[in-house]
Amino acid sequence: MHIAVCVKQILDPEISPRAFKIDPVRKEAVPGSGSLVIGPFDLNALEVAVQLKERYGGRVTVLTLGSEKAKEALRRALAMGADAAVLIDDGQVAAKEPSVTARVLAAAIRRLDSVDLVLCGRQSGEWDFGQVGALLAEELGMPFVPFVPRLEVDGQVLRLEREAEGGLAVVEAPRPCVASITNANDNVPRLPKVKDIMMANRKPITTYTAADLGLGEAEAGDAANRLEVLELFIPEVKSECEFVEGDSGAEKGVNLARKLVERKVI
Amino acid sequence: MSIVVLAWGGGAEPAAAVKEVLGGARRLADASGRAVVAGALGPAAQGAPAMITYGADRVLTVEHDALAQADADAYVDAAEAVCRQVGDGLVLLPGDRLGWEIAPRLAHRLQAGLVTDCVAVDWDGSRFVMTKPVYGGKAMARLAATTGVQVALVRNRTMEALAADPGRTGTVEPLTVSPTSGRVKVVAHKAEESVGQVRLEDAPVVVAGGRGLGGPEPFKELEEIARLLGGAVGASLAAVDAGWISPAHQVGQTGKSVAPDLYIAVGISGASQHVAGMSGSRTIVAINKDPEAPIFRVAHVGAVGDYKEILPAFLEELRRIKGSA
Repeated sequence: MHIAVCVKQILDPEISPRAFKIDPVRKEAVPGSGSLVIGPFDLNALEVAVQLKERYGGRVTVLTLGSEKAKEALRRALAMGADAAVLIDDGQVAAKEPSVTARVLAAAIRRLDSVDLVLCGRQSGEWDFGQVGALLAEELGMPFVPFVPRLEVDGQVLRLEREAEGGLAVVEAPRPCVASITNANDNVPRLPKVKDIMMANRKPITTYTAADLGLGEAEAGDAANRLEVLELFIPEVKSECEFVEGDSGAEKGVNLARKLVERKVI
Repeated sequence: MSIVVLAWGGGAEPAAAVKEVLGGARRLADASGRAVVAGALGPAAQGAPAMITYGADRVLTVEHDALAQADADAYVDAAEAVCRQVGDGLVLLPGDRLGWEIAPRLAHRLQAGLVTDCVAVDWDGSRFVMTKPVYGGKAMARLAATTGVQVALVRNRTMEALAADPGRTGTVEPLTVSPTSGRVKVVAHKAEESVGQVRLEDAPVVVAGGRGLGGPEPFKELEEIARLLGGAVGASLAAVDAGWISPAHQVGQTGKSVAPDLYIAVGISGASQHVAGMSGSRTIVAINKDPEAPIFRVAHVGAVGDYKEILPAFLEELRRIKGSA
């Protein structure tokens, strides 16, 4: 079984609001205001892939669209247990356009041999468009299952749990298929050991440009943009908090309940 | 030019999310001089007359066996047919699970620009501008689609429904579509654990706990408050990561987005990734021992102190109030 996992290197979402800075002209976060990490749901997707490999055998190829720096993310994924990595250089690729991201990743996935399953995080944890999984499925002509915390393989059939309205649904899909992964107790990303990190340095990283994948300016460049970012701003939060008074915690508790009645909230 | 609202779920009475988006579409249509066309898909077709009272000028209904279940493949086909019938313009979808699933696939087929998780859609006099939180809610982005068809997936409870006006008039037309049933088959359902009988995303009241609770035990007290107020229990990522409560309860960028009438945050510091999932709540109450905690910047009512002292008195007073009501 061959599993392709698409990941994105993003600004650490845990960075404090105080350290977070934006460049209003380039309309993105200032690089260097925090460390770069793999998106949180992408890590869950990697964990799911590695667990499947451990259970059923096979291999895992991790793909990313990014700059030379994104190799750090790929090394991390290799240390977690991926077998091979693909970096697609984003130099000539339109940014913040999910349809382009998916088109480029799909072109790279087509170059891999016999992929049975394509995984990605349900959203990046950065711009959070949350579109790439569904768009990959359309590009590759595969079925799509979103919001998947876990799945199992039964011959040629994949049995996936997915979040649905009002609970979880268990669905069956044929191989190959695309699934977007959501976080759960049993897909918390593992921390690679020193040995794994050393091993990762010996695993192969293939690099492509969009042109290598047969994609020109019209398909992957700025001409393919469907969205225009008009403005990026940090919303001003002016505190309107009304603090309840009281000499003790108990008194504050009583006053809090009364305050909610006064405000007609309860 | 028209504004299309895609509608699913509900019955003779449209789903709450559909009514909200219809209300938002009506305001945008009035501002931009357009008509509102609802695409009532599957069982939602029964709600076509009501959709007119909630703001639609025209309703295209698509009924087919393949739409009986929330089968995304069939819904993408039906949605595509409605959008092609109407032509260029803005398409709004409710941001529930099915919306997230079909919006990108619909946009792909229509070669349309799509903005997901919109908390506002505005008409600036020449085009529609969509606002969405990015970087875990630390920043907001305003975007416009440069394509003929523009698609916006609207976060639940960010647009306001209009009161039903039985005097409004409009047309209802069936559209014949043969959607293909999907390659993904549902074989079983597992009920989501819900506390206080209310689903987190629909709960009018959410009582949430975080790292400050110090363990799983205090969640029992939160459950009690939630039950009393007809609400559900939520949690921060920290509490979920600590294993004190299941991820089904997690609120935030990496969990569920909620916008209840009342959100009570107990022992939650207010990391932006948590706030991203609850900042739309109508009234936010924070109980925290740290007066500098960021949660107080978004809270409307705050109590500074040890929750172990505040909560029992709060609960007792609530019981008294509810008992006498």
